[in-house]
Amino acid sequence: MPNEREGSSAVMNRTVVERKSDRELVVKRTFNAPAHIVFEAWSKPELFKQWWVPKSVGMTLVSCDMDIRTGGAYRLVFSHPAFDQPMAFFGTYREVTPHKRIVWANEESDEGAVTTVTFEENDGKTLVTFHELYPTTAALEDALAGSAEGLPEQFAQLDELLAGRS
Amino acid sequence: MFGAAKELRAICARGVVCLQIAHVRFTVNHMVHYQARLDATFAALSDVTRRGVLEQLGGSDASITDLAQRFHMTLTGMKKHVSILEQAGLVSTEKVGRVRTCKLGPRELEEAAAWIEQHRQLWSARFDALDELVEHLKRKEKADAQRKRR
Repeated sequence: MPNEREGSSAVMNRTVVERKSDRELVVKRTFNAPAHIVFEAWSKPELFKQWWVPKSVGMTLVSCDMDIRTGGAYRLVFSHPAFDQPMAFFGTYREVTPHKRIVWANEESDEGAVTTVTFEENDGKTLVTFHELYPTTAALEDALAGSAEGLPEQFAQLDELLAGRS
Repeated sequence: MFGAAKELRAICARGVVCLQIAHVRFTVNHMVHYQARLDATFAALSDVTRRGVLEQLGGSDASITDLAQRFHMTLTGMKKHVSILEQAGLVSTEKVGRVRTCKLGPRELEEAAAWIEQHRQLWSARFDALDELVEHLKRKEKADAQRKRR
């Protein structure tokens, strides 16, 4: 379809990232669709898989289990060429209010974040606010390293660098 | 496989030095851009006195004289260490009257900006993909609704 992206304006689609405090990350974006559609894309595993892992990250979402209801569990398993073993991210949904709000607690470690996503519909468009609250500043600092890039890879690079120096 | 990195982590298991290592680790991500900066950082962190100075400055600012006394060395010797830390952006100094005061450097602010930028790239990519999917679902819903009406 040549007019695939018709109706979605570049300005409206800006992603805003803010470090709200030492322990909080907030990401906002407005989507040109009603809340029930955006919520569906976020809450159905087969749809979620299509957008959660950017291709540039080089990771593959091997499996994606989401029991999306209050008290339900989720488990995402990723693989990356730099890891020997796949990496699992898991936790529990603390609150699921269809078309409005999802809250989940990450449980891989004590340093896991509590994430709240809200969907606010206005005039056929939906403002999505993704809010992560970490237990400590250090956990927030390490978050991206741990999820998107992966520490093993970084430490391997650091090793190479240090080996070259000695 | 991760021996050297592990060793480095063990050397500075706590305090501000560890914080700086976290920053270095983060910087490794941007290695292509920051190769020269990394060289300066590793050179600066390769000395036990300089790691001690960073830890000290993590607690409070100090003059070069204070630091020289605390680490039992000459003023000239300490000036040299501080200058290496300063070149790496790990320490900044300011001269007021006859006293040069040292504090932790501007690196931290840069790292914070880089951290945001990295998240912005991740989330932009993620949400661009979600945007496309949502457009597709919306059109599908419209088409389904029209088909039902007929």
